[in-house]
Amino acid sequence: MHLAQLNVAHMRAPKDSPELADFVAGLEPLNDLAEADPGFVWRLKGGEGPTDTVSHRYGDLLLINFSVWASRDALWNYVYRSVHLDMLRRRREWFVRVAEPYSVMWWIPEGHVPTLEEGMARLERLRAGGPGPDAFTFADFRDPAPAPAGRPA
Amino acid sequence: MSGDDLGILGVLREPVRRVLYDYVAAQGRDVSRDEAAEAAGVQRTLAAFHLDKLVEAGLLDQAFRRLSGRTGPGSGRPAKVYRRSAAEHQVSLPPRDYRTLALVLAEAVEALGGEEAAEAAARRAGERVSAPGLREALTERGYEPYDDDGRIRLRNCPFHVLAEERPVLVCAMNLALCQGLLSALPGDRHTARMDPRPGECCVTFSKTNED
Repeated sequence: MHLAQLNVAHMRAPKDSPELADFVAGLEPLNDLAEADPGFVWRLKGGEGPTDTVSHRYGDLLLINFSVWASRDALWNYVYRSVHLDMLRRRREWFVRVAEPYSVMWWIPEGHVPTLEEGMARLERLRAGGPGPDAFTFADFRDPAPAPAGRPA
Repeated sequence: MSGDDLGILGVLREPVRRVLYDYVAAQGRDVSRDEAAEAAGVQRTLAAFHLDKLVEAGLLDQAFRRLSGRTGPGSGRPAKVYRRSAAEHQVSLPPRDYRTLALVLAEAVEALGGEEAAEAAARRAGERVSAPGLREALTERGYEPYDDDGRIRLRNCPFHVLAEERPVLVCAMNLALCQGLLSALPGDRHTARMDPRPGECCVTFSKTNED
């Protein structure tokens, strides 16, 4: 199984504004770092440009990150044990604080490419029902369900 | 204090064991028996005996590695190597539990959005340090500093459990604390920044460019 993660952030100002300039400048190195990671599997891209972000219909100031990783540790080390941590530390400079969950994870079969709608539905599930095996966070992490055994092909 | 931590730590009372443990812990990598014996200035068999006692107590982890890069037939049996165990041991008499309260407070800080106030408090805690220099201040606080390519890196995170539970809050507070340390050492020419690596502290120090 692979680990899918989606997170949203509410920008304080439009992406091309001076307020967001430091954040946008950090996007290319962050994306390069993720893609060079042996545990990185896939991410939803907004385009081929190095600072393109995911375009969507969930609001102009909402920034969405959506990616798939080989394991919990691979994702954890990218998020918290790389230069990415410093971006998280500075998040209030660029993003509005929200009380509800803004990040969700769930397990997917290897090879499955999840859709944005699927990801947003998982976040909704986490917000509505709290963490469970289908929608969780690092704080309430769930291991993948064991593969069904002895089922005829 | 959980289980028999006092008994486990008692294993370190033996002086040769203590030297071997300190040496292996300070390397941050696998250490062979020969290397540890040489560092402690004792016979290989005596070092092996004490290293195995440390493994038994859970203070060191052991593994088998082929040393000196030899592979394939004729390269010999893999050798035993040692490194510090990640298991934590604490002894407090009378019993004290600051960890549980720290975790509760960290959760409350995040719930209240009080990160900035927490970072400011951490900075002030750093500013209250009194030490002859940066390395001494870091060593005293358990960071285990070492040199790496012109920088000071920190082998140990003194706040490990908290940093695993609330990494963004705790690592930001740690950076602020380190910056506070620097401002309490006016002669020091280092800058602290966040530069995390798996298994180490999130802060590194580099020499400030002088104009």
